Amino acid sequence: MNFKLKIWRQTNAQTPGKLVDYDVRDISPHTSFLEMLDILNEQLLGRGEEPIAFDSDCREGICGTCALTVNGEAHGPDHPGAVCELYMRKFRDGATITIEPFRVGAFPIVKDLVIDRSPLDRIVQAGGFISARAGSAPEANSILIPKHDADLAMEAAACIGCGACAAACPNGSAMLFTAAKVSHLSLLPQGYPERESRVLKMVRVMDAEGFGNCTNTYECEAVCPAEISASFIAKLNREYARARLRKSAGE
Amino acid sequence: MIVAITGMILILFVIGHLLGNLQIFIGPHWINGYSQHLRDLGPLLWAIRLFLLTAVIIHIWVTIHLAIENRRARPEAYIDRRYVKATFASRHMVMSGLIVLAFIIYHLAHFTVRVTDTRFTLLKADPLGHYDVYSMMVYGFQNYFVSGFYVLGLFLLALHLSHGSSSFFQSLGLNDKKLTPRLALGGRIFAWLLFAGYTSIPLAILLGLIKPAQQL
Repeated sequence: MNFKLKIWRQTNAQTPGKLVDYDVRDISPHTSFLEMLDILNEQLLGRGEEPIAFDSDCREGICGTCALTVNGEAHGPDHPGAVCELYMRKFRDGATITIEPFRVGAFPIVKDLVIDRSPLDRIVQAGGFISARAGSAPEANSILIPKHDADLAMEAAACIGCGACAAACPNGSAMLFTAAKVSHLSLLPQGYPERESRVLKMVRVMDAEGFGNCTNTYECEAVCPAEISASFIAKLNREYARARLRKSAGE
Repeated sequence: MIVAITGMILILFVIGHLLGNLQIFIGPHWINGYSQHLRDLGPLLWAIRLFLLTAVIIHIWVTIHLAIENRRARPEAYIDRRYVKATFASRHMVMSGLIVLAFIIYHLAHFTVRVTDTRFTLLKADPLGHYDVYSMMVYGFQNYFVSGFYVLGLFLLALHLSHGSSSFFQSLGLNDKKLTPRLALGGRIFAWLLFAGYTSIPLAILLGLIKPAQQL
């Protein structure tokens, strides 16, 4: 298969970037999207040109490192799934494919398609942890957790922190990420002690990092590779309101 | 949250306003009596008006503030952009909201303050001594431009509420995974029912189904 690629090239955060055209030929339909970029990079190196910088690690959709906007959709057209799980057979032969970085003000571009997602780490550092000494695995029946809560916490914990939610959001909001992290811990007894302070601190850091606000378009859940539901955002709103009320009540 | 609560207050007003207006289909004495009843509330009517005005101001003030933050959150736009799930209505709330605001200002000048149509001052009181709101509405809507702008305003209001009404539940966290799609559908049906209800009035007038109770 042959493709015309329009790829965002940018030397660093200070210099403005632009889309550059590339042609790739004789690509097997079973090539993954990132392998296709690897092939292009080898050709560029062979011609003595600067290869295209992009992030990837596990290439099996579990690490959340890869982050590309393909044809205007975070992680490309094959939802749910990270862009590393996207295969060239998803595209028409001869198609023009636009590849851009995740565009969020809080994620500055490092180079080409590589972005700095450390704001997400700082949100987690603000409260996405538990202070209880969990120790080794306890007797399973000593802390009873309803199946429903365990399942819901597991669903939220599936978030791989790729930032696609903020990339797809019309407002560049990281609410789905924050909601998943807050929900996952507040649903379990080990997370109860910091239940209120956690949500207040994480939301404060999220705002301070310059992310936008949620306007309930649900674009985030549509592109999420871990299929995190936007109903966790409703849960975050609930947790936040509860924490604010309890704080103003003097608890 | 503030946007959701003030929005819901305004939605409740819009429902009440529609129920009041639909009395035009029952007859002149109903709607004229209803409007007299509202005016008889005196200071309470002004309290309600002030309350609604405050809700409108807070709703707009906060959303403009949030919209500016949202613009700043993505300084460099995508060159290619495709939406998977976000509806047109959800992405254009500021646009639809501001046009609805322009419509509300005109609508108040037209039917409440009555400064845009001088004929309204010529209307005589109805047999019961009430102001003839019935004939005022009929004469007002007989103008195609007035009715056209009204329908356009209502169309954008319905678009605004097709997203806004179910958004209320999400913003306050009053839903779960199962309820969300149902609320979204319910919100859309609710918004377009409002549109149908409101536009039925100018439509009936333009079709000649409702005639003025008095001649000018």
